[in-house]
Amino acid sequence: MSDTPVTNNPPAGTPILTLENVTKSFGPVTVIKGVTVNVRPGKVQVLLGENGAGKSTLIKMMAGVYQPDGGRILVDGKEVRLPDTNASEALGIATIHQELNLVGSMTVAENICMGRFPRRFGLVDRRQMRKVARDALNKIGLDIDVDHKVGELGIARQQLVEIAKALSLNARMLILDEPTAALTKREISALFSVVEDLRERGVGMVFISHHLDEIAAIGDSVSVLRDGEFVAEVPADTHEDELVRLMVGRSIEQQFPRRREYRGPADTLLEVEGLSTKGMVNNVSFSVKAGEIVGLAGLVGAGRTEVIRAIAGVDPYATGSVRVRGKDLPKSSIGAAIRSGVGHVPEDRKAHGLVLGAAVNENIGYATLSTTAKSGLVDRSGQRKRAQDVADKLRIRMHNLDQVVGSLSGGNQQKTVFARWIVANSTVLLLDEPTRGVDVGAKVEIYELMNAITAAGGAVVMVSSELPEVLGMSDRVLVMSGGHISGELSADDATQDAVMSLAVRDVQRDLEDKLMEDGHE
Amino acid sequence: MNKVATAQAPKKAPGGSRIGRFLADNGALVGLFVLGLALFIATPDFLTGPNLLNIGIQASVIAVLAFGLTFVIVAAGIDLSVGSVAALSAMGSAWMFSQGSMPGWVALVGGLLIGALSGAVSGFAVAYGKLPSFIATLAMLSVARGLTLVISDGRPIGTAPDVSFLGGNIGPIPMPIIVLVLAGLVAAFILNFTVMGRYMYAVGGNREAARLSGVPVRKVLITVFALSGLFAGLAGLLLSGRLDSAQPQAAAGYELDAIAAVVIGGASLAGGIGRISGTLVGALVLVVIRNGLNLLNVSSFWQQVVIGLVIAVAVGIDSLRRKNQPH
Repeated sequence: MSDTPVTNNPPAGTPILTLENVTKSFGPVTVIKGVTVNVRPGKVQVLLGENGAGKSTLIKMMAGVYQPDGGRILVDGKEVRLPDTNASEALGIATIHQELNLVGSMTVAENICMGRFPRRFGLVDRRQMRKVARDALNKIGLDIDVDHKVGELGIARQQLVEIAKALSLNARMLILDEPTAALTKREISALFSVVEDLRERGVGMVFISHHLDEIAAIGDSVSVLRDGEFVAEVPADTHEDELVRLMVGRSIEQQFPRRREYRGPADTLLEVEGLSTKGMVNNVSFSVKAGEIVGLAGLVGAGRTEVIRAIAGVDPYATGSVRVRGKDLPKSSIGAAIRSGVGHVPEDRKAHGLVLGAAVNENIGYATLSTTAKSGLVDRSGQRKRAQDVADKLRIRMHNLDQVVGSLSGGNQQKTVFARWIVANSTVLLLDEPTRGVDVGAKVEIYELMNAITAAGGAVVMVSSELPEVLGMSDRVLVMSGGHISGELSADDATQDAVMSLAVRDVQRDLEDKLMEDGHE
Repeated sequence: MNKVATAQAPKKAPGGSRIGRFLADNGALVGLFVLGLALFIATPDFLTGPNLLNIGIQASVIAVLAFGLTFVIVAAGIDLSVGSVAALSAMGSAWMFSQGSMPGWVALVGGLLIGALSGAVSGFAVAYGKLPSFIATLAMLSVARGLTLVISDGRPIGTAPDVSFLGGNIGPIPMPIIVLVLAGLVAAFILNFTVMGRYMYAVGGNREAARLSGVPVRKVLITVFALSGLFAGLAGLLLSGRLDSAQPQAAAGYELDAIAAVVIGGASLAGGIGRISGTLVGALVLVVIRNGLNLLNVSSFWQQVVIGLVIAVAVGIDSLRRKNQPH
């Protein structure tokens, strides 16, 4: 620990940064409860926890985005305050976000020198700028044209440019927030060799990843978090099963409370036949019966979201048909899909699901405004009453219906999207990553909601990249690969290995080897 | 009218009392009262019946233009063409009566339709042509002004008596003030009580989320621009009715006053936020400042400087206030 007296030269082994017993609350909700994390020079500290466990809040405290309510932040053993990101950058702490902070329309050199263009006679000194950029790229062994537009590089190279930029700003600690999420296997190994290099040179790193196998490959030590609390710090070579146990803190059966309580006739509610879109989806056919949850598994980019969006009428499709309760849905008509009982919970609720600046009441009511209206006038009291009823039923935690939806937590925001379709009496629900960015407690509430929907005779299609969720909640699993369905598994046959081997069956080569590795989890 | 709900939920104001919250949410209204009080103290000519009616008349054209523009801004668009469309509507109406020998009431309705149609064309270009509204309405600004000059050959045309009636009086009350109040009530009603009005807030707040919830986004866009054009047409008829003639250069530059009124009234150019009551206050603030500076014999050159500063300060205070609230 770093309780050493303050000196000018910290003794060897002093962590670059320590979060000591920090706490953080947002309103009444405490999201971090007394967590201690050390980031040591030349070490990779892994933060492990489920969505909502508090990892992102922790790294935002390190970066100066949030300030802890309690506890201390120490840099080189000295207590510091990080009121903003400039303060942390000045201390050599850099964050590589999932959403990169680069200007796509400008060159690599310009991006690396952003905000500190070298000047000569008051003009930009392009020669010097290229040199700075080239030196920065050399440090991580990246050989790309510094005059290339950043937007034309792949995501992996953009990430490396961002790392080079941070290092050229003399960063000695990097926070890597899920850097591998969008990379292929080959890109990941390129990234890891850069990480290895940085480790040699004494750069401290914080690493967040949902891929357990990556932890052993790249980490030194793992801090496990659960519901905002510090659980344990273990070596990175700890067995994966043990890591999961620490992270989840309970068995998988409780985590996915699937119940099949529908006793009515097993009518087919949704039939998709020969669905193909331009470029992505290729001849997809499946059907979903009343009371059933069908999981759509596969890799990112397998075409799952595209299938959902085509069914919901969001995007057009080239050929094929979609039938709800035996009736054909017209192509790319969201209105027609909603009228026949289709509800769509999109992947990105902030960008596509909610009007964040509008009240909960408004957001719940959008799909039913026109159907409940009398001669074009909003049924204000009716809309409000229905919204209140469903908000109570789903236990949306809010002050009142007029609260702005953007100020709710992720889980309550997601429940608001669900509430819209429950008010609209939707019976076919298309859920795209329904629990992404939702805390553990709200996740289970959303699963219970799916149980309630199917118990009432509804049908659910769920796309999820969290395989345990797909396995835990689905009655059948359809696995997509390269734009088409590569196999179907019953709930009993669906195991991680079985799903993964179907998921990688038809993907291109570089995607394939990434998945082979995942399949070995 | 300040009580009408908007997409913006009530916020907790410092102090917490209902009065405190009301004042914090209606900064422009507070500003208007302070302004009125200052002018009342500074000059005895301000708070007189004739002067107040004069303010009402002067506010009417700007406010009606700004009411229409509020629809567009709530839906996250902008309409630069309202001044030109007002002139075209007035000129078209006058032409129908004078040159086309149509009955006065046809000329009046025709003028409104010209406005609505011009707006609908802009809306169509935005909704289906995927033009940014800034560009589509910049084009309409030029086209409508050009057509006004073509129709009139650059000369004023006399208005129909039905239109001139809009510029007259009913008893002691000037018609423009009555039109102002009615137009405001209609606009507030549309925004708050109709499905289309609520859709405007949704489209302005998050167009894609609105679309995925089944909101007919294109229809909403065409409607907001058509309404903006309709209100612009009404404003044009008011203006020409007061002069008994449609002027080819009428309402030039008024779009900037209208935008100023809407943003002083608390609407966000990013969309999703805005109220008719706020817009009315915004228009009154502009007109009262001009009126007061005239009464105080401040040169019209300096008036422009003052108005520019007022816009910057009003919107600056408003965005600071928003920033200090969670989310």
